[in-house]
Amino acid sequence: MTVTIGPSSSPSPSPTEPGASRPKRGATASRDGTGPVRHSRRTKALVLGGVVFFTLYSLAPVWWLIVSATKNQSDLYTTNGLWFSDLHFTDNLKALFTYQDGIFLKWLWNTLYYGVVGTAGMTLVCVACGYGLAMYQFRGRGVLMGCIIGSFLVPHALLTIPSFLLFTDLRMVDTPSAIIVPSLFNAFSVYLAKVYAEGAIPPELLEAARIDGAGEYRIFFTVGARLMSTGAATIFLLGFVGSWNSFFGPLVFLRTPEKWTVMVGLYSWLKVKVDTSADLTGMVVVGSLLSLIPMVILMISMQRFWRSGVTLGSIK
Amino acid sequence: MAAVTESPSRAARLGWRRIMALKGASFTVPFFLGFLLFTVTPLVMALKESLYSEKGSGLGFGEKTVEFVGLDNFVEGFGDGRFWASMLRVGLFAVISIPVIQIASVGLALLLDAASQRVADRFRIPLLIPYMIPGIVATLIWIYLYSPVVGPLTPFFDLFGIDANFYGGELIWVSIGNLMAWSGIGFNMLIVYSALRSVDANVYDAARIDGASEWRIAWSIKVPLVRRSLVLTTVLSIIGTLQIFSDTMLFKSMAPETVTRDFTPIMAIYDWAFQQGNFNYASALSIILALVVGTASALFYRLTNKAPTS
Repeated sequence: MTVTIGPSSSPSPSPTEPGASRPKRGATASRDGTGPVRHSRRTKALVLGGVVFFTLYSLAPVWWLIVSATKNQSDLYTTNGLWFSDLHFTDNLKALFTYQDGIFLKWLWNTLYYGVVGTAGMTLVCVACGYGLAMYQFRGRGVLMGCIIGSFLVPHALLTIPSFLLFTDLRMVDTPSAIIVPSLFNAFSVYLAKVYAEGAIPPELLEAARIDGAGEYRIFFTVGARLMSTGAATIFLLGFVGSWNSFFGPLVFLRTPEKWTVMVGLYSWLKVKVDTSADLTGMVVVGSLLSLIPMVILMISMQRFWRSGVTLGSIK
Repeated sequence: MAAVTESPSRAARLGWRRIMALKGASFTVPFFLGFLLFTVTPLVMALKESLYSEKGSGLGFGEKTVEFVGLDNFVEGFGDGRFWASMLRVGLFAVISIPVIQIASVGLALLLDAASQRVADRFRIPLLIPYMIPGIVATLIWIYLYSPVVGPLTPFFDLFGIDANFYGGELIWVSIGNLMAWSGIGFNMLIVYSALRSVDANVYDAARIDGASEWRIAWSIKVPLVRRSLVLTTVLSIIGTLQIFSDTMLFKSMAPETVTRDFTPIMAIYDWAFQQGNFNYASALSIILALVVGTASALFYRLTNKAPTS
């Protein structure tokens, strides 16, 4: 592999640490504080205007969702979508949580359950595999790496139909294991783990542990896994977000509504509106808002991890 | 390390090395067992399924038999007008939407790079919010924004005397394209922006001393420097766009007369497999789609790598 970048050097030239990888603009010269780059005032205004425009574009739809989640059904249709009218947020929540004996809570729980169990297992399996591929020379290693890289190119849809037939044979269709078990084996995570291990674990350290008489498995759990914890957190985060957001898999493999995930459930509610006269628009709006909040909180608070995943992944 | 070998223990050391390598390989066993079962097996099954066909007696009564039909499914697939119409539709959409989204992402990255550190720090997170929102939720939000009854967009365009039907046949791809731009620009921008930030500032200073304007620097230095990142994000977009499914599925519930059941290749495959129950034909179609996606990505990669770098 030509990947030379390691986690120590990679955490993206993060703009949060000013001047981390490159001298701050204008820091070199400037007695008067203007610096060597003299953007004309017009350029500055243009730049700021452009950034503000994109920001409004990014945030306005979310704003609409937040505002709409506080409205009752009739205000939703009659009042200005971008501003509040009477606040009914708690009523809406109550309606959402009690609809069909609280099926939305069930969906939230399912999504969390599939996500946590599947992703925790996946992280263990894939970190171990990446560690093995990075730290040991054994016959067939190149072939295994080739399989992993090659599988990136296989479209998801190509696997879904035969997987459905396979899961039918294994009696896994419409059980949680149809979602959890296949998610344990994620080729991209193995790739991330391997790249991370190469940068984070000095081989000399493993040699030293061996000389002290530690066995290979013990070395993995006491030295390797510990040094890879940041990489493992990245893999867990990306995996969990992917699992929370997944749609095609749960849609195909789960049949009973009680086993659905939030995304499939919201989709079913959207369809109801067309099929019958019942209007669930308000429910879908509040449900959507609730299902995106954990993701946004998770992504913002764990920025450091997924951003390093983005840079690691982009060296393919 | 290996250079210092005392001859008596050499054989023992080799044995020890081999055991170590085996133990190392054993770390990869759980993953590759799963990989064999959940990736390789379905792949082989898809190939096999595509060569068979289920023949029932005319009316669907009685025993159904599975027959080996060779490449018949593929012959049928290559001549399937409706399937290729969906492919063409999505291909055309990809050809237009991907460059637009890429240009917007690079533009935004350049803007953020040109802005002061303080501005960049303050706006980065808001710009990434769409990337953090689950894809289905993003589609739901836009479906409602487009909606003539709940959405604010229709009255907004009414102000200008434009009667916009976002679910109609003329605008549906614009609507979907805007949705993809909204969800995708932030992430693509982040990759390009990271690449821009890792460039040595001296390069720009040198150009400035030579009298290059900021526009010239952006176009002649910054854009070529992030080309590799651009190729990557574009290939990912091509793969993603040709396989578009969930967005169009959701739009179908709102605009069933515009978004037909075989609107995109994957929707057609899904329909054949799970609505019509013809897994054999669906497998053949998904292999054809995989070939098209692979060829398109490879072709793009080839083209961009041949283009002069300077």
